[in-house]
Amino acid sequence: MYSVNYHRASSVADAAKLLKNGDAKLLSGGMTLIPAMKTRLAAPSDLVDVSRLKDLQGVKVSGKTITIGAATTHYDVSTDEKLKKACPALAHMASLIGDPAVRHKGTIGGSIANNDPAADYPAALLALGATIITNKREIGADKFFKGLFETALKEGEIITAVSFTAPTKAAYQKFRNPASRYAIVGVFVTKGKDGVRVAVTGAGEDGVFRCKEIEAALAKNFDAAALDGLKVPAKELMSDIHASADYRANLIAVMAKRAVAAANA
Amino acid sequence: MGIEGVGARVARKEDKRFITGGGRYVDDMVVPGMKHAVFVRSPHAHAQIKKIDVKKAQAMPGVVGVLTGKELKADGIGNLICGWMIHSKDGTPMKMGAWSPLAVDKVRYVGDAVVIVIADTKGQARDAAEAVEITYKELKAVVDATKAIQPGAPQVHAEAENNLIFDWELGDGKATDAAIRSAAHVTRMKIVNNRLVPNAMEPRAALGHYDKAEDHYTCWTTSQNPHVARLVMSAFYNVAPENKLRVIAPDVGGGFGSKIYIYPEEIVCLWASKKTGVPVKWVADRTESFLSDAHGRDHVSTVEMAFDTDNRITGLKVDTIANLGAYMSLFSSCVPTYLYATLLSGQYNIPAIHANVRAVYTNTAPVDAYRGAGRPEATYVLERMMETAARELGVSPAELRRRNFITSFPHQTPVIMAYDAGDYNASLDAAMKAADYAGFTKRRADAAKQGRLRGIGMSCYIEACGLAPSSAVGSLGAGVGLWESAEVRVNAVGTIEVLTGSHSHGQGHETTFAQLVTQRFGVPIDSVSIVHGDTDKVQMGMGTYGSRSGAVGMSAIVKALDKVEAKAKKIAAHLLEADEGDIVIENGEVKVAGTDKSLPWFQVALAAYTAHNLPAGMEPGLKETAFYDPSNFTFPAGCYICEVEIDPETGLTEIIQFVAADDFGNIINPMIVEGQVHGGIAQGVGQALLEGAHYDSSGQLLTASYMDYTMPRAGDLPSFKVSTSNTPCPGNPLGVKGCGEAGAIGSPPAVINAITDALGVVDIPMPASPATVWATIRATKH
Repeated sequence: MYSVNYHRASSVADAAKLLKNGDAKLLSGGMTLIPAMKTRLAAPSDLVDVSRLKDLQGVKVSGKTITIGAATTHYDVSTDEKLKKACPALAHMASLIGDPAVRHKGTIGGSIANNDPAADYPAALLALGATIITNKREIGADKFFKGLFETALKEGEIITAVSFTAPTKAAYQKFRNPASRYAIVGVFVTKGKDGVRVAVTGAGEDGVFRCKEIEAALAKNFDAAALDGLKVPAKELMSDIHASADYRANLIAVMAKRAVAAANA
Repeated sequence: MGIEGVGARVARKEDKRFITGGGRYVDDMVVPGMKHAVFVRSPHAHAQIKKIDVKKAQAMPGVVGVLTGKELKADGIGNLICGWMIHSKDGTPMKMGAWSPLAVDKVRYVGDAVVIVIADTKGQARDAAEAVEITYKELKAVVDATKAIQPGAPQVHAEAENNLIFDWELGDGKATDAAIRSAAHVTRMKIVNNRLVPNAMEPRAALGHYDKAEDHYTCWTTSQNPHVARLVMSAFYNVAPENKLRVIAPDVGGGFGSKIYIYPEEIVCLWASKKTGVPVKWVADRTESFLSDAHGRDHVSTVEMAFDTDNRITGLKVDTIANLGAYMSLFSSCVPTYLYATLLSGQYNIPAIHANVRAVYTNTAPVDAYRGAGRPEATYVLERMMETAARELGVSPAELRRRNFITSFPHQTPVIMAYDAGDYNASLDAAMKAADYAGFTKRRADAAKQGRLRGIGMSCYIEACGLAPSSAVGSLGAGVGLWESAEVRVNAVGTIEVLTGSHSHGQGHETTFAQLVTQRFGVPIDSVSIVHGDTDKVQMGMGTYGSRSGAVGMSAIVKALDKVEAKAKKIAAHLLEADEGDIVIENGEVKVAGTDKSLPWFQVALAAYTAHNLPAGMEPGLKETAFYDPSNFTFPAGCYICEVEIDPETGLTEIIQFVAADDFGNIINPMIVEGQVHGGIAQGVGQALLEGAHYDSSGQLLTASYMDYTMPRAGDLPSFKVSTSNTPCPGNPLGVKGCGEAGAIGSPPAVINAITDALGVVDIPMPASPATVWATIRATKH
């Protein structure tokens, strides 16, 4: 690791101010940034730690509206009793991230700001049609996730929370990379006020995406059987030493089927 | 057997320090004034070094030295050696290119060490390493051994034309060809054994310390055989004469073969310590380990197996291409030859065998012995062939094996080995019973109802441990003898130290070796200490590899114990005024049989050292040394059965059960033996399902971290059902065989036989990852 200046922000406003230092980066759980720094792949001049800001932590459920603070850990999301009632699929998804150490450090805001193409949260928020709230504005998930490790966040913009309406049905299924245990394919399926939304992580050349073919089939009939024989096109899917694009296309259909079955269970 | 003697499940004495963080590894060693080293490594698989500019790096904060291969050569440091001479079938010696500890003119694989940077802190050394400017001229690389031997392929070393190091054969080619020509049935396969990265938990490390006042070097290093390291560094690398070089291998966190060899880093750290005047420590990070530890396996074989009308094997012909990587590592040449082709008879009566092996240079990390070393490759060839043959012949895999088992001993195979003892039907019976083989058909039908594919596969392996005798291995090209030494020191108060040339890096020697002493003298196990891993403490030894520490290392201890016992009895007979032949040693007492006359053990020891009243002419002291050179290898064998269930939608394979029935001869500590089998199977299942080193065509290692290289995890494995049915080894005093590698040797074909059975296919490449299994299913459907 190169030497770095560490700042612990006292508020979101303070963090925004500190971010103006040199080539500063926001630090939340640090589950991606710190390893990248240790291997010298990232070299920020300053780190601005927002992980202890109380304003950014916790899950709020108000009627059908769920709001999760950006610095809420995966563990807290996975174990929140209110969330487990209002949107059990998201709590379940959070319980599948990494290992216990990662879940106790990593945060929802950190995950979506990083937008790793194999991360779980981007699929969940895209499928839930969530709104990403920053210190400057609100951004719809459809506009927020822009590509591999790319988001709509502007320089100095800080995610403070995410918010969404609880779906009537939802589930997440992921098939793990045998080595890293990240998703080779993860599919989050929801049925709610905006109809059926199906978001896929781990597979797209451009990161998380909505699978139109599956959404169309499920819009007609929200049942696993509706996906029998459905072929997801392999075009624009990733191919690497772990999985070909064809294999990922197959897994998208299989995981979607299993997710629908789980959502209906 | 007492509660701490031979055969007892004594809890491992060493585990308390290991699991409480008390282990002392090379990285824990601190020497006053010590500095930290980082190696600048080649980012290219194949390139000429045009220029190395270290000026900027030398000026960086904290830097005490930036040294290159030119300076190393100027100081007369030698090239790395290969310790086993192989001659090609045309009689020419193997064609070995130079391996300089720091590359001088050319780099030959990604990770090749070029410059050492030494600084006050590791961070400073890393910073300075980034400031070293090396100008390379990139050359075309070749990573696939089958391509490297084609005309026009990139040439890794000028010495080896078409990258061919040797073209070696064993067995009777004519007789084998005749058997194949006249066979009733011939099974043919191309069999690939995938390349693996050893991944010891503790990465390699070295701390070199030159003491100017004493003109003496000390090297702490992660070695499985510190004495061999000292010998080689002294005799071949000109680091220092042996009497001025102490090598210490303290606690070592796993080796699996990868820490047998003497690598560039320890040589360079020792030399650099003298050059810079400071102790120099280097500890590999994980990616460095992936890049530069010697890899394992990487064979491509074409195999033909001939049968007569009774389904008896009449001949076996094997043509193997072995990838040895960019340089010949210390034992790389013997792995695909004498540790491989000599095992191709397996558990079977095969009248004619011929093996041809071409060893090939490529632009990849050096390949050498890795848990099993040649025997997993041989077992994989044979047991995949037996499975395929059984399917082609329409007989059950068990029946085909039984039909061909060797049942009388000793048995001379056509490929050097003389098996001394075994009962292959017994282990097959035990495994089939434990696996409820008879109930498999129903289990398969039940799984099919759930849409899942069940398969069952077996593997009947044999392996050879404790390479020996020294005169024989010498005549086959070995550069060293393969005996072992031991010294048993009884202290004046009766406590006992055993100094062994074996080295423990996870095997539990501190417990099993002590059990031998407890058994012999009836002293508590806590009063016995095992000393190893330090050339200043222990007399010359050969270290631990090839599952040799039981059969060879313990046999040396037994010989030394015999001498101690004989002397103790003489002293006791003298003190008790009895006949020497009437003295027995039991439960910590030295007694005259049939009388109530006895002495506590410690009084005999004390008498030996006070020397007030010893038999006439006897030297004081109670300490004996022994060297043991075995008369033959020892041959562990067994049967493994694996049952899998595959999800056809995702290709995910679940191991439902894994049964191991082994013959390890007599057993000192069953718990430690089971642990060895568990670990070995985990590694074997890892090879079959999960692990695989993957270079791209330009020679970049794509699996250089745990993000991409899949290590087996507990969740990938079932609870193993292990048992032993033992035939004592007649060749050593304890009747022991070896158990360290069996699991890794026997399990890969069992897993792949099960998967191919489930899928109804002839073959599937290892690792049979979900993606590979799914693609195989899809290809079958099309």
